[in-house]
Amino acid sequence: MAVLIYLVPAALVLGGLGLAAFLWSLKSGQYDDMEGAAQRILFDDDEMENPPPPKNDPEKKD
Amino acid sequence: MNETAASETGSGRGADKAKPAGPKAGRVDPSLFVRKTPDGLNQIDLVVQDMHCAGCLRKVERGLGELPGVEYARANLSTKRVAVRWQPARLKPADIVEKLADTGFEAVPFDPKLLSALDETEERRLLRALGVAGFAAANVMLISVGVWAGLASDMELSTRAFFYWISALIALPAIAYAGQPFFRSALRALRARSMNMDVPISLAVLLATGMSLVQTIVNASHVYFDASVTLLFFLLIGRYLDVQARAKACSAAQNLLGLRAMAATVIGPDGTQHSVPVENLEPGMKVSVASGTRIPADGEVLTGRADIDTSLVTGESVPTAVSPGSKVFAGTLNISAPLTLRVTKRDDDSLLAEIVRLMESAEQGRAGYVRLADRAARIYAPAVHVLAAATLALWFALGAGWETAFTHAIAVLIVTCPCALGLAVPVVQVVATGRLLKHGVLVKASDGLEKLADADTIVFDKTGTLTLGEPELVSAGDAGPVEIALAVALARQSRHPLARALAAHGADIAAPALSDIHEVPGMGMEAMLDGETVRLGNRSFTGADDEVSSHAGPELWLAKSSDAPRRFQFADRARSDAAETIARLTHEGFAIELLSGDREEVVRELAADLNIADWRAEARPDEKIARLEELRAQGRKVLMVGDGLNDAPALRAAHVSMSPSSAADVSQTAADFIFQGADLRPIVETIRIARGARHLVVQNFGLALVYNAVAVPLAVAGYVTPLIAAIAMSSSSITVTLNAVRLNWRRID
Repeated sequence: MAVLIYLVPAALVLGGLGLAAFLWSLKSGQYDDMEGAAQRILFDDDEMENPPPPKNDPEKKD
Repeated sequence: MNETAASETGSGRGADKAKPAGPKAGRVDPSLFVRKTPDGLNQIDLVVQDMHCAGCLRKVERGLGELPGVEYARANLSTKRVAVRWQPARLKPADIVEKLADTGFEAVPFDPKLLSALDETEERRLLRALGVAGFAAANVMLISVGVWAGLASDMELSTRAFFYWISALIALPAIAYAGQPFFRSALRALRARSMNMDVPISLAVLLATGMSLVQTIVNASHVYFDASVTLLFFLLIGRYLDVQARAKACSAAQNLLGLRAMAATVIGPDGTQHSVPVENLEPGMKVSVASGTRIPADGEVLTGRADIDTSLVTGESVPTAVSPGSKVFAGTLNISAPLTLRVTKRDDDSLLAEIVRLMESAEQGRAGYVRLADRAARIYAPAVHVLAAATLALWFALGAGWETAFTHAIAVLIVTCPCALGLAVPVVQVVATGRLLKHGVLVKASDGLEKLADADTIVFDKTGTLTLGEPELVSAGDAGPVEIALAVALARQSRHPLARALAAHGADIAAPALSDIHEVPGMGMEAMLDGETVRLGNRSFTGADDEVSSHAGPELWLAKSSDAPRRFQFADRARSDAAETIARLTHEGFAIELLSGDREEVVRELAADLNIADWRAEARPDEKIARLEELRAQGRKVLMVGDGLNDAPALRAAHVSMSPSSAADVSQTAADFIFQGADLRPIVETIRIARGARHLVVQNFGLALVYNAVAVPLAVAGYVTPLIAAIAMSSSSITVTLNAVRLNWRRID
């Protein structure tokens, strides 16, 4: 049973990581807009990931 | 990617070139609402009401991303707000609002003072507590299962002690943190010398934890950390659902409040103009009011003639004309020409503020209402404590040890834990709120549904509630097609509500070409047709004689120098389903009453049309309240349906209230429910759902009582350990929740 000395803390640390991740996601505002998050899945292009580069001036378009 | 962007904003782009530079007249100056972020950027929060879907979200964010210097633009679809951060040197805040307008979204700055109050919401605190409780419940359970397995095999005492201490180590801080929402609320109730559901919950959790700690220290065989932690976890889920539903309604209300925050353009003694927040206006200041904007303060007109839309204050849909010397009120809308005002009253003395004060005093009359769940708690909580204490005494009397006696007493507390009772109301409320939202009804007050189910009398306002609040052409008199076309051509050039109604009526009429069209403020439109002057406007402007019989509603006259003036009559028509809705409500046994601030003949006519026997006209806000008090004194429970600012105090004074979404901001804030669309049908639906919800709540209380009737005797007799009690308690909560979901399947027609 001595192995429990390692296993129990290991379980707690893993659970604690999960909790920390949850608290971080909460703090960074990921639960502030559940509706928007659900809709954002529908953006099918990658550009939202990389915002337009600065040289892309609106004046230059068409 | 450029192509898609161009096609999406394409329509706005062409117009962009033609538009003169500078912010559009009539918008609030957004620079008043800019905040500094710690990293040197500027931030502004904007309310964008028209954002509904992924497409809008993307258009808004991408449009803002295209602006030079914008570092961050994030739209929140739940609250309909957009946060933008940018480098101050590269962009002006007005450009952001302008850009959104080009993309097709009207954005209004949101007051950061309101925002800072929202930073740490109850919702977030509960979610954090829920996370902590969830973590603790999972880990304590994991260890508890090990202990139970150890009972079957042979676990060494030292291993069990180790497990218990680990459980204690997890559970104690978790309970101290996650239990706070309940402890605080229980403390508040006790301080006010009353009882709520949280008192027995807190007591059960604290007792179970305290006893388990003692058991752990003496290395006894049973600890109940698992029971107290899971109890908290399940309770927090219910509490979170409840708060979330309320937060949603609240954010909508706050957006409305945010819209009220306005700025005024002050003209300095040296003639310079600058924007100041309305609360900084002082009597004697000179203010300029552009056409199409709201009057910022009560004051007197210095220069200019204009039509003022006072519907917000008086409920009257036809604008009044003002000229130098006339008094104007804050919150009314200048619809025709620029004005200069001298401010006569400070912001907090204005008529608007007076109405808000009336509302607050009306609010106090309401505070007497006790929610169903709290009424149940008043009986239930003392009963539970007496029962638990009796169990403790009973087992002592029977000669059991303190440990056994306490275990059984705690089991009684947990088994009677009003979880099911606590959930009975919020779960039904969440389901009902969600269902109503799909029907376009927003539930704002958490006790609104309960109160609505009690209502037996409905008092309607007229303008904007039973009617659409917009005039419609009812008769063109003896005007022929040519004259109608001419009137429509003139009307198309004006923003006056009557002109717009006329233009809408003749939307597909080919109008003659006019030249030199211009508006004479406070009078009407004037133009040239083939060298002849034509005028569309009020009686004196067009030279019509006064002898023609006056009709109840507003009117416009068309004059050509060669002809007698023609009359166009307008009326504020009832909503298309008003008569049907009134008939249905009467059929369901409601007493219907019409209480309007409008003129008597108009009200009488509408009451006759809609078959409302009981009506009152020309009622001022305080008279409306007086009437509601009278009804209350007769023991009636009144549902007030109204929309004008003048109804706001009445909406607050009534037992329960509803507002159409076209209502004045203040009225929407005052009402318990807001319904969308041009129909009155949602009123009937909301009443039905509220009654269905009350039925389910009563059923849920019944279920919880039946469950208690079975479980409590077993617990008192000592057949239930705290863990089994916790499991049984959760299952009753689930039953109650599932029962509540049935509201979704119930037909309402």
